[in-house]
Amino acid sequence: MNELLTRRRVVTGLGLLSLGLIAGCDSGSGLSYKYGKDLSNEILGRKFKLRDAEGTEMMLGSFRGMMPMIFFGFTQCPAVCPTALARAAQAKKMMGPDGDRLQVVFITLDPERDKPAMLDAYVKAFDPSFIALSGTLEETAATAKEFKVFYEKIPTGDSYTMSHTATSFVFDSRGVLRLGLSPSLSAKQCTEDLLTVMSVC
Amino acid sequence: MKPVNYLLLSLLGMSLHVSAQTVVDDAWVRATVAGQPSTGAFMHITASSDSKLVEVQSPAAKTVQIHESKMENDVMSMQPVASVPLPAGKSVAIVPEGYHVMLIDLVGQIKVGDQVPLTLIVEDSKGVKESIEVKAKARALNSMPMHHDHGAMH
Repeated sequence: MNELLTRRRVVTGLGLLSLGLIAGCDSGSGLSYKYGKDLSNEILGRKFKLRDAEGTEMMLGSFRGMMPMIFFGFTQCPAVCPTALARAAQAKKMMGPDGDRLQVVFITLDPERDKPAMLDAYVKAFDPSFIALSGTLEETAATAKEFKVFYEKIPTGDSYTMSHTATSFVFDSRGVLRLGLSPSLSAKQCTEDLLTVMSVC
Repeated sequence: MKPVNYLLLSLLGMSLHVSAQTVVDDAWVRATVAGQPSTGAFMHITASSDSKLVEVQSPAAKTVQIHESKMENDVMSMQPVASVPLPAGKSVAIVPEGYHVMLIDLVGQIKVGDQVPLTLIVEDSKGVKESIEVKAKARALNSMPMHHDHGAMH
């Protein structure tokens, strides 16, 4: 009898818990991350409109139901961009089946040189599910500004390289900004925090 | 006369070899996708006397430059540099997140496993230049330096 009661309580508890999981999307804060920065009080990336390799217009809402992880870079970037893309690919694998809901989005800060087809092949070399977005110079500047992403061209002889913010921005499946991941974190550290976001939404 | 010349040459070669005391380990380049105009080359360099890396040449690219990446407040910044100091006996890392070599305007796509020839010009404190030929193997685009798997770097 006692045992039964306990079990029923547990079952009820589980039911409430899963209800909480669904409803939890509403709460914008209260999550504690072990490594990343809680960005739930920031409003970033709500309005951008860019295009994928096929020329389809994409915005934050295009990723509804997925957990978008957005970051900025350029393909002629030697260090932080391939490292961040490789880390994202590793984290996606480490997340197991949950990783299927992580949508990695790479936005180029160098649309003059990163042509859509090459850019798309570049990000898909890390994981075929990754998406690359680009826009005009004006759209790129507006998007970066919206994300408070700093970038600038550094002339190098006849060419140029770029300095830029290397934070990865993680939104939940309803498009609420949740988490900022520093480029210095490892794939494992990112995975833990990504799973925390996923646990609520 | 001829044999003497050869002897001299080989002696000269030997002495050059003895003075050529800069060792390059683990040289690699990041493979590219078709149409990608540039990529990076990475290695470890150890010079036996205080020297500096002043130039890198490669037939794989029209322009080769030495850059330095710096991370500050999650902003990755890049700057071309004139040279990289190589203190005596110290293994200097030429890595994505520090000093690195940029191969700009690639002649063609670099595929995984390609051996990319690099010539490093190292100048010692007396201003004597030495050139070192290196073959850098192309690793997959998504190669990560090992320490990234072990946690935060900063």
